[in-house]
Amino acid sequence: MYDVIVVGGGHAGCEAAHICAQMNKKTLLITSNVNNIADMPCNPSIGGSAKGIIVREIDALGGLMGIVADKSHFQIKMLNNSKGPAVRALRAQADKSIYPKVMKEYLDATLNLDIIEGMVEDLIIENNTVKGVLLENRESYLSSSVILTTGTYLNANILIGSENTPNGPHGEKRSNFLSKKLEEIGFNIKRLKTGTPQRIKANSVDFSRLKEECGDDSYWTFSFDIEPQYQINNQQKCYLIYTNEKTHQIIKDNLDKSAMYGGYATGVGPRYCPSIEDKVVRFADKERHQLFLEPESIYYDEWYLQGFSTSMPRDVQEEMVHSLEGLENAVISKYAYAIEYDAIDPMQIKASLETKIIENLFTAGQINGTSGYEEAAGQGLIAGINACLKIDGKKPFILKRHEAYIGVLIDDLVTKGITDPYRMLTSRAEFRLLLRHDNADLRLTTKAYEVGAIIPSKYQKLKNKIKQINELTEYLKNNRLIINEQVKAFFAKNNLSLPNGNFNYLLLLKRPEITMDVISNFLDLSNYSKEVIEQVEIENKYEGYIKKEYAEKEKLNKLEEKQIPEDIDYSKVKNIASEARQKLELVRPVTIAQASRISGVNPVDISLLLVYLKKEYGKNE
Amino acid sequence: MEDTICAISTAIGVGAISIIRISGDNAIKIINDIFSNKIQEEETHVIKYGYIKDNEEIIDEVLLMVMRAPKTYTKEDVIEINCHGGINTTNKMLELLLKKGCRLAEPGEFTKRAFLNGRISLLESEAVGELIAAKTDSQRKLSLNQLGGNLSHKINNLREQILSLMANIEVNIDYPEYTDNLVVTENLLKEKLVSITRELENLVEGTKYGKIVSNGINVAIIGKPNVGKSSILNHLLDEQKAIVTDIAGTTRDLVEGVISLNGIEIKLIDTAGIRETTDLVEKIGVEKSFELIKSADVVILVVDGSKCLDQDDYTILQQAKGANIIVFVNKNDQKTIVDITGLNNIVFGNTIEPNGLDLLKSKLIEMFSINEINKDLTYLSNARQIDLVNKANDSLKNANYSLNNGIPIDMIETDLKACFDYLGQIIGDTYEQAVIDRLFRDFCVGK
Repeated sequence: MYDVIVVGGGHAGCEAAHICAQMNKKTLLITSNVNNIADMPCNPSIGGSAKGIIVREIDALGGLMGIVADKSHFQIKMLNNSKGPAVRALRAQADKSIYPKVMKEYLDATLNLDIIEGMVEDLIIENNTVKGVLLENRESYLSSSVILTTGTYLNANILIGSENTPNGPHGEKRSNFLSKKLEEIGFNIKRLKTGTPQRIKANSVDFSRLKEECGDDSYWTFSFDIEPQYQINNQQKCYLIYTNEKTHQIIKDNLDKSAMYGGYATGVGPRYCPSIEDKVVRFADKERHQLFLEPESIYYDEWYLQGFSTSMPRDVQEEMVHSLEGLENAVISKYAYAIEYDAIDPMQIKASLETKIIENLFTAGQINGTSGYEEAAGQGLIAGINACLKIDGKKPFILKRHEAYIGVLIDDLVTKGITDPYRMLTSRAEFRLLLRHDNADLRLTTKAYEVGAIIPSKYQKLKNKIKQINELTEYLKNNRLIINEQVKAFFAKNNLSLPNGNFNYLLLLKRPEITMDVISNFLDLSNYSKEVIEQVEIENKYEGYIKKEYAEKEKLNKLEEKQIPEDIDYSKVKNIASEARQKLELVRPVTIAQASRISGVNPVDISLLLVYLKKEYGKNE
Repeated sequence: MEDTICAISTAIGVGAISIIRISGDNAIKIINDIFSNKIQEEETHVIKYGYIKDNEEIIDEVLLMVMRAPKTYTKEDVIEINCHGGINTTNKMLELLLKKGCRLAEPGEFTKRAFLNGRISLLESEAVGELIAAKTDSQRKLSLNQLGGNLSHKINNLREQILSLMANIEVNIDYPEYTDNLVVTENLLKEKLVSITRELENLVEGTKYGKIVSNGINVAIIGKPNVGKSSILNHLLDEQKAIVTDIAGTTRDLVEGVISLNGIEIKLIDTAGIRETTDLVEKIGVEKSFELIKSADVVILVVDGSKCLDQDDYTILQQAKGANIIVFVNKNDQKTIVDITGLNNIVFGNTIEPNGLDLLKSKLIEMFSINEINKDLTYLSNARQIDLVNKANDSLKNANYSLNNGIPIDMIETDLKACFDYLGQIIGDTYEQAVIDRLFRDFCVGK
């Protein structure tokens, strides 16, 4: 008998299993192939815009993705480094052979965690409560809760041109029956689609004609806990390629052979990940499209052709690839394919990621309609934490929209549902000035510590950082820049406008051109770490905008505090529109704020709901 | 027996259709008298087509909804007239109803009756109030009706420009590696904001017309005692007695009556005669009159043309400095000896013949460009809309300021988003998925 069983060893499953074990729950991870744990079937990178912030959040909450990525990448850069601090995010080219290996090592070293191989095909359910799982070989395992992290494996089909094979990613066995079972239980099953581009043999590519893309020349880590594990000068390059007229012509001539355009596919594909045929058709006036050639590993010869995902048949893919400059003689080691798979309707799960239909059953990752390793891992972590808290009879751990991208992600899923696979974008977060990559630990680590997801040493480290931030702030406030000849000379030399008074440094920091770097010429900052200095700089330099966002957050918070009783009967709320009634019934929002975010629920419906709540439940307020 | 009330239920402005609602015991009888078909024997909840007539004059071609008590909004007999939109038709219709014995409903009176007649609870009636106050769907619909297609178009066009800017900024953030996409630099943003700022300022500028359309014009008639203020007022009102009414609100006691000039409400405010006095009560009246000079949109200063200006007249002129003034030189049936050099906007007339009153009206029309207003109602009018457009403008100002002060573009984008949201609230649209949809529509990105 286990406390928690996690079904699926992908990015969601790894985080879920690890955090449950770390929270002292006897945990079993069941995967169809132990060698495929933490597999990266698509792009060879971790992080990216918004996603990189999720990785930091995962780290701040006690998860593994950040540290594993830090130990397995061969290139890393800070995206948007020239833009504002709120939109910066790390992206690493993770080595596809090392990342899973490091993850597996962490899992193997985790106490309370067993890993077995098997294909789960049924759930053991009594009185709408999950009791365990049943494998294909009829073996059964019992547990207090089950977390489904099945990725793209439910009823998966691989599509290349008109070919349609019932398999998971790169030929792995798919799960044949589980999604049918879920449908029988009452889940609405959605058919989704995603795709992955060709893999190319490096020795067949003429790199001399391609533009290099290098890593940053300063050191970065996702994790707040470790030092960089790489050499700046040892980073592997990626390359930029462009499609051309010839490529576009080949695609246009063969459109009817594409699985998507030929009508062989039924799943809904992600908008952020259009196939190259989509791009050529929808943006017909563009002369070229950007592609990136990225190594999957430094241990084997296979390069990922980002941007070229397609469901064309193999012969057309050959022609397409050979039309690219530098790839005229390229050898394709794996053809691009589209994959269709089943997912559930995320409006049928709660913000804790427990399903509304079956108690103690949690879902995380692509089964909930998301896409991306980071989105999956973030959910896995939250599902894991909540499975543990549920066992202990504690309140669920729910991150709000202004607390974390993971909070935005889950709230979007359970409140709005999905139409196409969901990818995190910075534009989805209305409080992104608060949700920065640099303050993920300040936002989340204490919360995670309070529910037992964080080890004490990590929490202690955070407390020290906070102390330092406060100290440095005071230090800047209590010291003034005295304008003397030397200072004047410095400002003149650096083309800075001279302050017209002896201001304290905290005030000076608000001037656009005065950075901590400038201040360090006059004030000794050597007692403070780079992170602490950065934090103080951002919080003060952009205080106006950050404060505004805090004010907005407070407004929303008032609505977040207005709870909707769990037993509410929406059929009794008078006069609300029938679409709103249906949606409210389906989503069963926890707060008025959540209710107001449901599409199809209008402000007038919210007012009527408020009136009803006041009338029916007002006495208790 | 409840008296029968009526009101224009749709917002005043241009909308293709206006709805006039009548509720009360005599509703059906009154309409029966002015409708081309007989409805007294009609069943409940039917729609009838026909004409509303004032004797033989056809006022409008309409659809009538006949709803008999008790299954109606107020639980009384209710008639709703769907007539053609536009201020003139609707006001004529209202005038006719008042002439036939309806009373103009107070704000919220239909809902009040629904509550008093036990159809809705107090809570629900409060909710209706809240709905109206709290940027609700019904309010949204109200303002949608209020908006001419042109105005919606203007706002949509502005939002469209902002949206495409935001989508571009977002794609630069979310897909920085796609360098083929246009990058929104500080210079580019500055350039783009120029036209957006100009258009938004035009909208703000237009709100002053909007206010006139929706709130009317407050006209204070001032002058010394016995210069003919009340006679002028009565003459102006006499012609349009039908819509003389109390107007609720702070000025309730003061507004003597309302006339309509080309569909714009002119609220006439009579004031106590102004003169130097030691009488305490009269003094209070004089003070009040001075206050009114300050708060009115325009002041009609009445002087006696048969006499010279005296100290009291000069005091009034002093008080009215800076206000919009029309000087009505009264009693031009007698010999005019008053010296009015240095004064503008002068109308001569008298209330005996009477004479000059039409000129007075023309002056008002000219002063507020009322004829201009009716041609193109693309103004924001109600307080909520004006508040929102001002907030939108403030956000944009902030964006422009930040742009010149080294704030990163992705932060400035939050001002653009606020601007976009405020404009959206005016026409009832929200942010939601707009930017993301736009991003994937306009930019070609992804693995």
